[in-house]
Parts: sequence; structure tokens; C-alpha cells
Amino acid sequence: MALKSLGGEEVARRLEAALPGVVERWESSVIWVNPGQIREACLFLRDDPHLDFQFLSSLCAVDWVEHFEVVYHLTSLRKQQSAVVKARVYGRQSPSLPSVYQVWRGADFQEREAWDLMGVRFEGHPNMKRIMLWEGFEGHPLRKDFLQPGANLPHG
Amino acid sequence: MTIRTEPVTVNIGPQHPSTHGVFRLRVTFDGEVVVQVEPVFGYLHRGTEKLAEERNYVQVVTLTDRLDYVSSMTNNQAYCLAVEKLLEVEPPPRGKYLRTITAELQRIASHLVGVGFFLQELGTFGGTPLMYCFRSRERILDLFEMLCGARITVSYMRPGGVFADAPADFWPALATFLNAFPGELAELEQLILENEILMVRTRGVSPLPLDLAINCSVSGPVLRASGLAWDWRKVDPYDAYDKVEFQVPVGSNGDNYDRFWVRMQEVRQSLSIVRQCIAQIEPGPVRLPDLPLVLRAAPGKEAYGRIEAPRGELGFYLVSDGGVSPYRCKIRSPSLINLTVTEHLLVGWKLADMIVTLGSVDINMGEVDR
Repeated sequence: MALKSLGGEEVARRLEAALPGVVERWESSVIWVNPGQIREACLFLRDDPHLDFQFLSSLCAVDWVEHFEVVYHLTSLRKQQSAVVKARVYGRQSPSLPSVYQVWRGADFQEREAWDLMGVRFEGHPNMKRIMLWEGFEGHPLRKDFLQPGANLPHG
Repeated sequence: MTIRTEPVTVNIGPQHPSTHGVFRLRVTFDGEVVVQVEPVFGYLHRGTEKLAEERNYVQVVTLTDRLDYVSSMTNNQAYCLAVEKLLEVEPPPRGKYLRTITAELQRIASHLVGVGFFLQELGTFGGTPLMYCFRSRERILDLFEMLCGARITVSYMRPGGVFADAPADFWPALATFLNAFPGELAELEQLILENEILMVRTRGVSPLPLDLAINCSVSGPVLRASGLAWDWRKVDPYDAYDKVEFQVPVGSNGDNYDRFWVRMQEVRQSLSIVRQCIAQIEPGPVRLPDLPLVLRAAPGKEAYGRIEAPRGELGFYLVSDGGVSPYRCKIRSPSLINLTVTEHLLVGWKLADMIVTLGSVDINMGEVDR
């Protein structure tokens, strides 16, 4: 037994055939999906018998300053394969994209965490509120422009 | 005459001995029965992911100790594997075996804590099983102390291996433990297995269906108790797991008993893995000699390293911008994600079962809140 990492091309071709225009671009092991259609894309990735990504391993957001990238690490338990899907969200004021809570309940806390710490909103999540910090906390600490007074500056 | 009743909302925690750390549950009861649950986190949030962005790759190892502080070794391991994936390097064989041995000892220690508190929360044994578990766990922590000078916050592993070879007197001490432990485990099993109270209180209580477990990204013993043999050590072997034989115990009902039973069986498997590693390990370097002190990965590179930690799939997603620190370090913590099913597990059951069920899921707040 060994886990197979699905190539971006394979996932992109299947996804593009079912939902034309949904794939923005792909690389050797990653595909970028149009953020507006992320829920439909994820639903297909979950239910397509060849992809079968029933298990959402991890969901997180990365701040690239000019845009945010939401990263989905998917696993198929039956086919023993994995894939990485990303969606780019622009704008620092109110970046948002549809929630995948309805596709994988496992996204629940991780989407709340991405909102709390990175400030990316997930539309359609039934309980989109802060999870680690308290309501009323200002800002989103994992953003690159968040600097707490007195914080350590990077070493080296 | 009917008695007028109304639901009562109670805060369980954050300071409560049975919530395994500073964890709060806002629970609405109808009499004794739970009708609504909302878990509230964050009391132990230290911003580990942000702190990691301010430290170099090797320094971050010390932060990982403080995630799941009941199994620091496996946290080290998951992080080091992620860094090695990022740098595309592999530790020398002896380093891999030492990591496998310590990780499996850690799994035994962690499961003993999980099982011990689970039995304690049944409240019927007056603390004896817990003390039995802690007696054995104590010996494992002594072994860790021999390896690295620390018992809990070990920081024993490094990207590229482990920081020092085991001292000469570690191996006889480990052999002594391996000889004594099966007897201690048998004593514990004699005390609890087939125990009437344990059976009645845990069999059929709070079952978790497999499809829900998968949809909620539940992993580790909780997933396996629901009937799926999914173990990252088998599916995507890391370190020396491809060189050893072991079984993956699975439950059938996913109830509290199965979750407890799976952990008890896994302890035996871990013991066998440690024995096989001792038989196979050969002298040699324990860490890659040519790694620089300050590591750097190519800009734009990323890696998701994961392991089967005692509580489930522990993953580190590292993104590099070419600097000396991770640009982003996301920690996929099994404890947090296993709590997704809290509501399903608790609603409809009684207050006394609620405490036991939380014990059977075996969360660790250091990892939930990070």
C-alpha cells in the first residue's frame, strides 16, 4: 500500500470536463480553482468515483499580501490518493469565498479558524464566528501586515 | 399533574477536571439529558503558527513540543518530516529507527494517559487504573529523559534525524521496560476488561457512524473504532514503518467501548514495533551531517507532512518564501478536528455519559488551541 499523489493535470482534466471554466490553472501537483465555484468543484471532487475525495485532510489560508490562497488537502480513503486544490481570493478588506461546510463537515472549525486568524470569510458557513480569539478582537493575527506592538522581529 | 420543566444551560469548564485542559462546553440540559452542545475553544491559544513564522526551521521544533504535550515526540516527528519533505532530504537509517522507537514509546505513553483518564472518568474505580497507567508511562518518560534530558518537552528530533544518539545505558533500560511492561498491561487488563461496570457504561454509548466520521474528517483511533482500518503508518509509511510488521486494530460500532478497546490494542502493536526496531537497528550516524545550521528552502516551495499521531492525522503544511523561517506553518491538529463530531456524540445522552464520551475521544487542549 502506498499513497498516490494525484497529478494536477489529471485532476484538472476531470474537473474541467464536468465543470467547464472552473480550473484557473494547474501545476505538477496543484490545481487552482475559480473561488466562486469552489463548492461545486469540491462536490465533484468528493462524488466523482475516480477521484473520490471523501476526506478533507486540511484546509488553511495563506497570505501572499496581493492575494490570499485557500488551500485544500484532500484524501481518498478508498483509492488511497491525495490531491491539493487551491483558490485565490483578492482584496484585503473583505476577502470571501463559498464555504465547503456542506461538502465536508470537517471544514467547520478550519474555516472558522481561517476567518479568525486570517480574515477570509466563508459564505454559507452556518456559524462563521471567531474560534480561537474572542469576539471584539481587532484584526487577524496571521496576516502578514498584523504586527502587535512589542512583538519579536524576525531573527536573522 | 405534569411537572413544568425547562431547559437549563450550563457551562462545563473552562476550569473543570474532566475536560482535559482548559476547554469549555456550553451545554443545554433537559433534566439530565443533553439537548444542545457548543464547544468553546481558545483558552490555550498561543499563536503557535504565528510564532513559527518568526523562528528558523530548527527553532520551531521546540514549539511543536507544546502542541500536544502528552505526545511531544510525535509532534517533533510530524514537523521534522514536513521540513524534510520541503528540503527533499531523508535522515540516515539509524535516525529513522530511533525516531520510530521513540514515537511508538510515545504512543504507548499517550494511550495510557488517554485510557487512564477515560477509566477515571467512569468514576468507578477509585483511581486505581489511572495509577496503573501512570506507573508505566512514568517509565517511558524516564527513558526519554535518558535520551534528551527532558520528559515532556523533549525536542529530541531535528530535521534530518535526531539530535543525539541514545546513550549506551539506554538500551538495557529499554529492555527492562519491554520485559516489565506486558505484565503491567496484563494487570491493567485483568482489572478492567470484562468489568461489568465498564461494559454497561460504555457499550453502545455515543456510537459514531463511519460515514459521518469520514465526512467530519475524524482520524486516528476514533475513526478506526468506527470500523475503518485507516492508519497513515500503513498507507503512507514514513521513517522505519515500512520495515516493520504490525496490525491496525479496528472497532465495529464506534462506541465508547470500541474507542477504548482500539487504544488498548494499539499499545500492544506499538510494543511489537519497538521490539522489531531494536532487532533491526544498526550503528551509524543519527543525523544528516551536511545539513546547514540554518535551513532554507527554495522560494514558493511547499510541503504537507503528516503522521499517524496517537490522536489521529497530525499534519504540518509548510510554505517557504526562500527565507530562514517558514512563510506559513499550518498545523492540522487531530484533536481539534475530532471535536467536529462533539454535537453528534453528546446530544441525547446523559450528563454522566458526556464526560465519559469526551474521555473516549481523548483530546488535548494544547493541540486544539495551539
